[in-house]
Amino acid sequence: MVRRILVVAAGLLWASSAFAADVSLLNVSYDPTRELYAEFNKAFAAAYQKETGKSVEIKQSHGGSGSQARAVIDGLQADVVTLALAYDIDAIAAKGLIATDWQKRLPLNASPYTSTIVFLVRKGNPKGIKDWDDLIKPGVEVITPNPKTSGGARWNYLAAWGYALKKSGSPDKAKQFVADLFKHVPVLDTGARGSTVTFVERGVGDVLLAWENEAFLAQREFGKDKFEIVAPPLSILAEPPVTVVDKVADKKGNRAVAEAYLKYWYTREGQEIAARNSYRPRDSEIAKEYEKSFAKVELFTIDDVFGGWTKAQKEHFAEGGIFDQIYKN
Amino acid sequence: MSEPQALTFTPRDNIHTEPRVIRFVIVALAVLFLLIFVVLPLIVVFASAFSRGLSAYFAALTEPEALSAIRLTLLIAAISVSLNLVFGVIAAWAIAKFEFAGKTFLVTLIDLPFSVSPVISGLVFVLLFGAQGFFGPWLQAHDIRVLFAVPGIALATIFVTFPFVARALIPLMQEQGTQEEEAAISLGASGLQTFFRVTLPNIKWGLLYGVLLCNARAMGEFGAVSVVSGHIRGETNTMPLLVEILYNEYQFVSSFAIASLLAMLALITLVVKTILERRLDEGQVPSDD
Repeated sequence: MVRRILVVAAGLLWASSAFAADVSLLNVSYDPTRELYAEFNKAFAAAYQKETGKSVEIKQSHGGSGSQARAVIDGLQADVVTLALAYDIDAIAAKGLIATDWQKRLPLNASPYTSTIVFLVRKGNPKGIKDWDDLIKPGVEVITPNPKTSGGARWNYLAAWGYALKKSGSPDKAKQFVADLFKHVPVLDTGARGSTVTFVERGVGDVLLAWENEAFLAQREFGKDKFEIVAPPLSILAEPPVTVVDKVADKKGNRAVAEAYLKYWYTREGQEIAARNSYRPRDSEIAKEYEKSFAKVELFTIDDVFGGWTKAQKEHFAEGGIFDQIYKN
Repeated sequence: MSEPQALTFTPRDNIHTEPRVIRFVIVALAVLFLLIFVVLPLIVVFASAFSRGLSAYFAALTEPEALSAIRLTLLIAAISVSLNLVFGVIAAWAIAKFEFAGKTFLVTLIDLPFSVSPVISGLVFVLLFGAQGFFGPWLQAHDIRVLFAVPGIALATIFVTFPFVARALIPLMQEQGTQEEEAAISLGASGLQTFFRVTLPNIKWGLLYGVLLCNARAMGEFGAVSVVSGHIRGETNTMPLLVEILYNEYQFVSSFAIASLLAMLALITLVVKTILERRLDEGQVPSDD
């Protein structure tokens, strides 16, 4: 009996490795896109097989956006990267793995889906959180990941800064607001999903600063009777970009598939998958269809307020930047 | 232990002068501690794994991603344990049976992986074999993949588990001394014959003990492997990494199902370890730790 079980187990272990697709792509992505790409990959593989007759298998790797970029720079063989923000892809491009004009190669800043930053609060919103100012009230604990490693955290930070800047008109006041905000943060996780788990499962904190899609997912998984989403009247337009890693895709001979894969985002099916997973679609028709799923939020862009990612990264998140200054105190 | 000249009191009374209450409190504290830190977590792991029934449990374990993680973990353990077996015996042999300059330094080096944080151990391999690292350009030019593939994971695991076999053997071999080997050689045995016929039978229980601990750590290592794995699903995720990933995806049954396999490994290790320790005590010299 024991022997039979062992034989079956061994058979299972080795049989499953026999399957191999014609083409295999590696997509290195950020933390909260796991469910999104699980669905998108299936749809693309079916569409690609129908069109070309070839089977394609897409492997995924997820983690904090900054550390994923680092891994690709260190040699993780990604055919495509789909990260949380343009700066992380710029960092890979700076090492010569991607052409520097990558953001012009696909429409809409190479960001086929967008999101924004919202608040996830516990049922009944016991601390009465409605807008950014409520986050720095006494006794409110805020959960957000570490901006040094997490893309989502950088969007959180910039959204808070942008809000304070628009309200007060003074960069000094904005800095003071963000500094106050981080005094309310008891723990910095390395990635967005880690922060969600801290807030949702470990029950730490009163409000989670989260990607809108991540907030919806937590609500779907744990029920609307446990968490509520609060959309602030003003927030940032988060554009998570995608691109082919030229050096790797060319070496593996995967460029054509990799490009087809990313272009699939801009089709009706692709946009619908984004919307179903609570990412804001770019296509105006699909956006209209899913209008009711997303709160009306006035959105500012990083280019408007911060003059683009390179500048924002250097001023705020680089070694000795504003985040380092305020977090030390 | 036994007191041959015990006259008016039993040895027991002699040893325990504390009042009963204190004795009881101390024992109760120890039991409570064990319950909270060992038994309770184990129960939680198995209860969560089976919370949706047997079929959900087995379905979770036969997912392609789970199978791939189990396969990778077994492969990594096989590679690192067999290499560390060889390295460990050689190192222990050299240290216990010979005198040479720099011996203390070598012993310190062997212990190094115990004192270095596993994450740092992983990062060392990134600095050595990463595309921007020391050997990176050469490896890329020859299209050899070390980092984010099986070789990198194996290297990191070997590094972290290196001390176990040597540590188990050194005190044992030192206490056994070199007389038996000297006798064998003076009777005309060759070096290899001496090793296989004299040394190996003497150290076999200690060796098994080291291999067992080495294997347990190799299968359970998280930090170092996490740094060098690249987290490619179905390819470079070991069981401990997959547990974390599934947990973060709200797939609690699957996550704890894999965790239960690791917990069972720990339990089996514990049982075998107890048996081996008894053997060691019976056999010859008691082991140091």
